[in-house]
Amino acid sequence: MSTGTETIVAAPDAEVPPTVGGRVRKKLTSRTASAVSLVIALLWTVPTLGVLISSIRPEDEIKSNGWWNFFSHPQFTLENYEQVLFGSRSASGGLAGYFINSLVITIPSVLFPLAFCALAAYALAWTRFRGRDWVYIGIFALQIVPLQMALIPLLSFFNYGVSLGGVQLLPAWDLDGPAKFITVWFAHTCFALPLGIFLLHNFMAELPGDLVEAARVDGASHAKIFRSVILPLIVPALASFAIFQFLWVWNDLLVALIFAGGPKNAPLTVRLAELAGNRGNEWQRLTAAAFVSIIVPLTVFLSLQRYFVRGLLAGSVKG
Amino acid sequence: MNFDFTAEAPKLMMLLYGVIAFAAVVGLLLLVLDVLPARKDRWIALGLLAPAGLLLVVGLIVPAVRTMVLAFMNADSSEFVGLENFRWIFTDKNSGMLPDFSGDTVQYGVLLSTLLWVLLVPTASTAVGLVYAVMVDRSRFESFAKSLVFMPMAISFVGAGIIWKFVYEYRQEGADQIGLLNQLIVWLGGTPQQWLLDGPWNTLYLIVVLVWIQAGFAMVVLSAAIKAIPADIVEAARIDGVTAWQMFWRVTIPSIRPALVVVLVTISIGTLKVFDIVRTMTGGQFGTSVVANEMYTYSFRADEKGKGAALAVLLFLFVIPIVIYQVRLMRRRRLEGAR
Repeated sequence: MSTGTETIVAAPDAEVPPTVGGRVRKKLTSRTASAVSLVIALLWTVPTLGVLISSIRPEDEIKSNGWWNFFSHPQFTLENYEQVLFGSRSASGGLAGYFINSLVITIPSVLFPLAFCALAAYALAWTRFRGRDWVYIGIFALQIVPLQMALIPLLSFFNYGVSLGGVQLLPAWDLDGPAKFITVWFAHTCFALPLGIFLLHNFMAELPGDLVEAARVDGASHAKIFRSVILPLIVPALASFAIFQFLWVWNDLLVALIFAGGPKNAPLTVRLAELAGNRGNEWQRLTAAAFVSIIVPLTVFLSLQRYFVRGLLAGSVKG
Repeated sequence: MNFDFTAEAPKLMMLLYGVIAFAAVVGLLLLVLDVLPARKDRWIALGLLAPAGLLLVVGLIVPAVRTMVLAFMNADSSEFVGLENFRWIFTDKNSGMLPDFSGDTVQYGVLLSTLLWVLLVPTASTAVGLVYAVMVDRSRFESFAKSLVFMPMAISFVGAGIIWKFVYEYRQEGADQIGLLNQLIVWLGGTPQQWLLDGPWNTLYLIVVLVWIQAGFAMVVLSAAIKAIPADIVEAARIDGVTAWQMFWRVTIPSIRPALVVVLVTISIGTLKVFDIVRTMTGGQFGTSVVANEMYTYSFRADEKGKGAALAVLLFLFVIPIVIYQVRLMRRRRLEGAR
């Protein structure tokens, strides 16, 4: 009797349950499939590889023949990197300074939205007040407003303050030097809120309600529940939003162009775009500079890919 | 080596201030919440929502409303001009917005170019992402293979612009090519081309760059959807003896349709706003400009705030039909699910 049930249970499990993709792949001659995916994989990596290899070739070589010749005549130099990182600004160098600017811009621009979104998402998921759903829908809907809609008035808000009918209600911010970073942080924080609140709310709303209820019955305040019950549970969601925001801010050009104001506070992307425009033929510098700007997000991305993918799926498949 | 490290110190101090300010704000908020009476949810919620709400109002809602007003005003926002800015976009021959088919080479104009981007980027990225997701599903190197295609998502649009500008680089015929694409053409016996200079095809070569970035996103989302298809559906289809081709069109595609729609919509909205690629690779010259690029140029370079604001409003208007489509589809899906 026992053997009978075992065979019945075991039979369907004997084969690994096939997925649709797996079956399609098997049936299409798998050689075609391999060829197609190989071509795609090459197209998606070789251009980057070309820039990486060029950045370590000597200037004459880059300018006189293609980077693929590196494999037959390997010549290696770090001079390009030294030039772009520490050379004078006029000779398209000084990237080290811009690198620091990128860091100074990015770190607070990730931290502030992270905190504000987490708090707001908690309020929308776990406190009860009238109109809560409408507030949530409003914030959700703000996601579709393009950044471009806010840029002109926000810049004038920073530069001239607010005046109504000739009466100055709020003064201009009048920030100079490094303090100019504050406007960039401010802009990035505002623009990150709708998506951040949406992502974290989705995640928090799915936590079991009993947890919060039990803590409330014990007389814990919301601040305490947030800190000691919710916060530890939402670390993965916070991580994926942080990576999201980090990549977005580090790679942003538009906000930085408008709000960073001038080369002293501009991040790598602004400098890189400038080099591509002015010195489009100096490939030895451009390739090295491009790689300097790529290396940080690429490292973050490859090491934390798991969290990033989870965030992507939460943000796009639900809803 | 003439890099002055001491000049960087004030910036790092600023970073420190920023982090301290962050800690202070968060600490203060939690402290205030602790003090507030625990049973009054309304006040707690207000406290928790205050920072985000205030920033949303100041940084997004009020500016967006103001932009809508500015779109009906003149260059320095001193007087109302009615629909003049929109008339300029849609009827002025010199605005560069309209297509021009009269010359030797076709000029798409900004509006038609933008439409091309919005039609081609989502479809091409989704197609590549879907094919790749199906092909590598369950293969031995799946996660590695996916990382390769996913990687460009970490690269900035500016960086990607430079990477592809290098691929398209042109040297005179006979000279050694340093751009990969022209070298391939020469190897195949053709003559090298100035890919980015000659319209109307140059817009397509720019579109390739965004497809290259977005395909990874499509691939990841669709791959997850494919893996979520219930095994019994697949089994039933197999017992019915369908071919691989039928399986793909009749089982895979219908099962992942919601994910497909989300991917297409998300990429379309992102594509509308893209300006970094155009700005880095051609500066919007040679007939390659798009609405987002013109919006930046008119607002912040040419000091034509009215036209800039009108272009921003146009971007917003373009987003709305896409979103309505998605919402309607979602609602229909929910109704079907309820039945």
